[in-house]
Parts: sequence; C-alpha cells; structure tokens
Amino acid sequence: MAGGATALRESALRESALRTTALSERVRPVALAREQVLPVIAPLTSLLPQGLIRGTTVVVDGTSGATSFALALAAGASQDGSWIAAVGIPWLGLAAAAERGIALDRLAVIGAPERNDWATVVAALVDAIDVVLVAPPKGGMADARRLAARARERGAVLVALRTSGALTVDLRCTVTDAQWSGVGHGSGHLTARRVTVSATGRGSAARVRTTSLWLPGPDGTMSVCDEMDECAEVTCVVHPQVVHSHVVHAQAG
Amino acid sequence: MRTLVLCCPDWSVVAAGAEPEQPFAVVHANRVVAASPAARCEAVEIGLRRREAQSRCPGLVVVAADPARDARAFEPVAIALDALTPRIELTRPGRLAFATRGPSRYFGGDHALAERVVALATEALGGRADVAGPPVVGVAETAFAAELAALSGEAQMRIVVSGETDAFLAPIPTPVFPLVEPDLELDELVDLLARLGVRTLGQLAALPASDVAARFGPLGALAHLLASGREGRLLDERPVPLDLIVTAELDPPAERVDHAAFVAKALADELHARLDGRGLACTRVAIEAETEHGEHLARLWRHEGGLTPAAIAERARWQLDGWLQSSRGPTGGITMLRLVPDEVGAARGHQMGFWGGRTLADERATRALARVQGLLGVDAVALPEVRGGRAPAEQVVLVPVGLAEPGRVMEPAPDAPWPGQVPAPLPAAVHTTRRAVDVLDRHGEPVVVSGRGLISGPPATITADGRVEDVSAWSGPWVFDERWWDADERRRQARMQVVTASGTAHLLVLEHRRWWVEATYD
Repeated sequence: MAGGATALRESALRESALRTTALSERVRPVALAREQVLPVIAPLTSLLPQGLIRGTTVVVDGTSGATSFALALAAGASQDGSWIAAVGIPWLGLAAAAERGIALDRLAVIGAPERNDWATVVAALVDAIDVVLVAPPKGGMADARRLAARARERGAVLVALRTSGALTVDLRCTVTDAQWSGVGHGSGHLTARRVTVSATGRGSAARVRTTSLWLPGPDGTMSVCDEMDECAEVTCVVHPQVVHSHVVHAQAG
Repeated sequence: MRTLVLCCPDWSVVAAGAEPEQPFAVVHANRVVAASPAARCEAVEIGLRRREAQSRCPGLVVVAADPARDARAFEPVAIALDALTPRIELTRPGRLAFATRGPSRYFGGDHALAERVVALATEALGGRADVAGPPVVGVAETAFAAELAALSGEAQMRIVVSGETDAFLAPIPTPVFPLVEPDLELDELVDLLARLGVRTLGQLAALPASDVAARFGPLGALAHLLASGREGRLLDERPVPLDLIVTAELDPPAERVDHAAFVAKALADELHARLDGRGLACTRVAIEAETEHGEHLARLWRHEGGLTPAAIAERARWQLDGWLQSSRGPTGGITMLRLVPDEVGAARGHQMGFWGGRTLADERATRALARVQGLLGVDAVALPEVRGGRAPAEQVVLVPVGLAEPGRVMEPAPDAPWPGQVPAPLPAAVHTTRRAVDVLDRHGEPVVVSGRGLISGPPATITADGRVEDVSAWSGPWVFDERWWDADERRRQARMQVVTASGTAHLLVLEHRRWWVEATYD
C-alpha cells in the first residue's frame, strides 16, 4: 500500500517536472534573431539564407532587372504585413510592384525631396516603415551616418536602387545576364526573363552567393532556375514559340 | 430643445450644378444617392444602380458624389442665416439646424422665424432654388422630429406645436431612420423591428425603454429616444472641460484650403486622443477660425454616431473650403484654428480588429507618412490605387494620403475587360517623361505603322539619346484607338516591345508619327 503511494507520488513528481520543462520551453525568450530579420519570398532564400537583416542597407545594381529584383526583395516583408515606402523614384512601375508581390495598400510613394531634406525625410520614414526603397542623391551627404544609425536602431532596411550614394552598403546584389524569352521577330510577347543575381556583403555575408532566377518565370511568378531551364533557354531567341513549349515542358518536368 | 431644421431636398444635385428640369443624378459607389425631380419622374430612384438608372432615363446626367463640393455650395446658405442666430449647426451638407428659443422670441414666434428663414435661404440660393424645389423648414421639440416635419412634404414649412411632437411622430413608419440619420447605420435595426411587427415610431416608443436597450443595445436605445420625441444624445450634464479644446496658430496665415486642412487634421487627431484618454466621444464639434484681419468664424458640426478623427478632419476641411471659397467669407488668411468639442458623451467604444483591420504597424506608418506630408506637402505622399487601363501607367494611379476614401468605386474599373492591354509581366520602370527614340529598319529607314496596323519593316536599331543599340527581338505593333468618341481625349497609338542586344527590353509607343520609350522592363 505504502509502495503504491510512493510510486504514485514519484510519477506525480515526474509529471510536474516534465510540465515545468515544457512550461520553461514556452516562456523562454523566443529566438530574438528571428525578430531581427524580415522574411523574403521563397526563391530568394538560397541567395539570402538569413532573410533581410533589419537595420542594414542593401544596394541593388546591375543590368536589366535591378528594379524588379529590388521589388522582389521587399515583397516578402510586404506580404508579412510590413509597410514599404519608395522615396524619390517617380518612375517606379506600381503595377509591376503588385505583380512582384508587394501589397499596394501598404506601399507609400513619396515624391523626390530636396537634397537638403533627403536624409530628414528618409529618417522620418525608417521610424515606422520596415523597407524603404530609395534612389540616393549622388555625392556626399552630411547626415548619411546618422541616417544609417537611425535605420539600425529602428530595424528598418534601406534598399538603394542602382547607386548607394553616400550610404554605407551592407549587402550588394548585382543583377546580370538578363535574357528574355517569349518574344521573337514580330511575334509573341515578353513572358519570362532569366537573370543571374550575385549577393555579397560584409562580415559573415562576404562570400559571394550566385543564383539564376526567373524574374519572372513563364507562369508570371518568380522562381529559381535549374539546369533544365537553362537547356531550354539556349534556343530561345531563334524560335520563341517552340522554346515556349520547351519551357513549359521543363517546368512540368 | 425646440429646434428649427432647414433642409434643401436633394442638395447634392443642386450643388453639382444641375439645371432646372434637367434629369440629373448623383452616384456614390455605383448607386444613385440623389436625383433631380425630372429624373424622379423617369423612375430614377435612390439606391438604383447607375446602369439601371441610365437605362430608365437615357438622357440622365450622372455625376460622382463629392461631399466637399456639397459643403462648399451650402456655406452661403449657412452664412445668410448667421444673421438670425450665431449657433447654426450642420449635420451634413444641405441640412442645418438651430435652437429656436432665442430667435423665435425675438422675431415673434416660430411661424415668423420660419418664414424669415425660408426667405433668407431662398435669397441665398438664388436661381438654384428652382432646381430641386425650394428649401423646407420644420420646427419641433427635437432636431429629428423637426427634420421629419420639414420633409413631411405638404407645405414649405411645418411647425409642430409644442407638446404634440409625440403625436406627430407616432404614425411615421420606422424606415425613416436611415433617411434622417444616415450616419447611424440603423438599416439592420429597422429591418429587424419590421420583422418583429414594430412598423411605426409610435409602436417603438410604446415599448419600455429598458427592454429596448436590453434587446437592441445602445443603438436601439438611441432609436427609442428619437422615436419618443426626446433628444437622442445621452449627454453628460457636466460642462465640457476646457482642456479638451485644441488650438493651432498658423504662421504664415493659411490662404489655401489644403494648408489649413492639413493643420486641422493634426488638430483632429489631438482632440480625439484627448477625448479618448477620458473615455469620451464627441457628437458635436465647433470649428472656429480667426483671420489676419481679426474676423472670427465658427460653425458647429454634428455627427450622431460620434466623430472619429477622420470625420472631424473631413468636416473641418469642408468648412474651411466653404469659408475660403465663399464670396462673403473671410477677407484674409487664417491665422488660428480651434476645435471645441461642444457636446461630449461616454464613448460607446470601438473594438480594434482582432483579425485583419488596422494593426499597430499601420497606425505607426500613417503617423510617419503624416510627418513626411508636413515636410514635403500634402501631395508629395501618395498611396497607389488600382484602376483600369491599357497602358502600364494607367493601371495604377497615386492618390495623396488622407484624400483616399475607402469604399470608393474605381473608375475606370480595374476588373473590366481591357482588350489589347499590355500583357504581363509589366515594366518596372514607367518613365514619367517619355524619351524620344528613333526606330530604324535594316536599310536605315524609319519604321512606321500604317493605318491598318501593319509595320513598314522589322526594326533593326533603336537610337535613344544618341546611343545606337541593335534590336535582337521585337514584338508588335499593337494598335490602340482609344476614346474615339471623344474629340479631345481620342488617342491613336501603337505599341511595340523591343529587346536590345544588351538584354534590356523596352516598351515603345508610336504617337503622332514619333516613337517614344514609354517604359523599360527593368
């Protein structure tokens, strides 16, 4: 009888210990590192395995496709509920932004500020908006360092298009080798573009990562190019209609 | 409180500039919200879809609703009546009210006062009084009953004798609620009451007040009060604390509406924050302004549902617009702006959305954008709005923050079919200024598109800004002949996609025999 009672007490103790462990698992501060990055869309994970690190400055340059890539960089955060602002980029194609996955009801478009106001305006935005797309003015800027500090403190990401101006760059993404498919000589229309994107940064991100991307693919969405796609691409320019079916085939395969 | 209400029937039609005898309708969210008498004769009714209204009355002139325009046009009437009493209250454009106690005694009774009001309002309206009928006046124990008396239709004025307000209200059917108090969202309640067999205001008033409140909540209790001929507002008897008044000095003085309205928006937010801190809601606000010439302007605005910051800011904008545009308005710029919560009651509460709705991030972003608007001007900060169109630039337009209103119908409609629309993917760089470009064929001849949409020869090179690039692939031309029914807006264009040897793709447009780079697939 006494043995039974002891066993009972032991099992109760064990259970409460288990429960305490489970509880401590639940109340322990959850991965703060996850809070410090903004999500990116799936095709970009091989390029940016950590996501978009908050408080950094990213510059996107290269040939055709840089703007689309910058929009794609912001798309993950936008879909996650973040606000996006575009400052002084009046030519930004907003319909294309929507196509790349940016929620238009959380996109603010701000006219080009005067050179002297530029840092003040961007600083006001990084206070509350997670991703700020900018086309920084050329040349030096007195407040660049203060702006970077503000962005780091507030956890916003600055994405500079084409040129970084006076900003210190943490990550540089370069878009090269744009190849269009779907268009021939008077036939078809632009459907898909294959680009090579390389990303290199400071510190742990110094190693260059390179990926081939469909920006966008034949189905209109972004995806990572694999070797099969590349085979299909070779004959692209000559016979777009034929290649088109190849591309679809490759996708299905 | 005995109240006089002046109503201009179908005010939005008058404000939109309809001619007498012209079939005219004002639409909001694709539904008719006001129609002129001539249109009503053709069976154009409130709530009808726009297309249905046009099919019933083919000559119908349709104009989009614009409350700011309505308010601006109504201000002269309010200014004319300022001669009678200083405390004129507006609920919505086309309807004003004031307490009759003082003026009625001064002018020799309700009847004499009402006659004077009609005369002044008719004079202020001038020729526009003929458009949708003359203004109508009602006097009764409450503003609600007075408006019903004014709209009862038999005469231009109807005075309900003191003590007979309940008897006047009793036979009126309950569906008048949403007509008289459109801000309160009483449609559902009216529908429910009808199904429970309560079809007149008298039947509703006969129910015990506590039972109505228990079954239908605060909105039901409010409807019960209105139906029993009592003031609907559950007022605090306490005077409004002075520290709730918010003031802003404007230096330099505001001559333009948007400048003053921007300050008013910030004031409205501040006022709302102060009220919120005490758990109060404001049902009537006084908008006051002083000009550099020392003029003092004031107007009361009422909103039965409780004024939200956006609603206060909107009314302040209307009012400032009305003052600054009116010929009898202020002579100088506005130097001081003040919002005085005139009637406050306990806030009935507004629950933040648990799923969806506005989040904290949205609130923060809105504040940051308002700050940038303060730095760069109202028009510099905009939100995209999806519209319909064939060219990439037409598919999304920018609307300044704060001017966009939810529930607005997009025109042209984004989901309508747009044959010949530039196909996806769309260009990421849409040039704000078109760059001229020379498109040449293999023999160096300019490439042209014939009237039948045929291209003169395959393009071989394009030259933009003096740089020659070989064309590696091209597609098109796609010919557009848009708005051919409108001489001013007609456009004939041809578009072509070209890919240059460097891998850059452009969208070129041909108009008036010139090629332009419209957008780049960047």
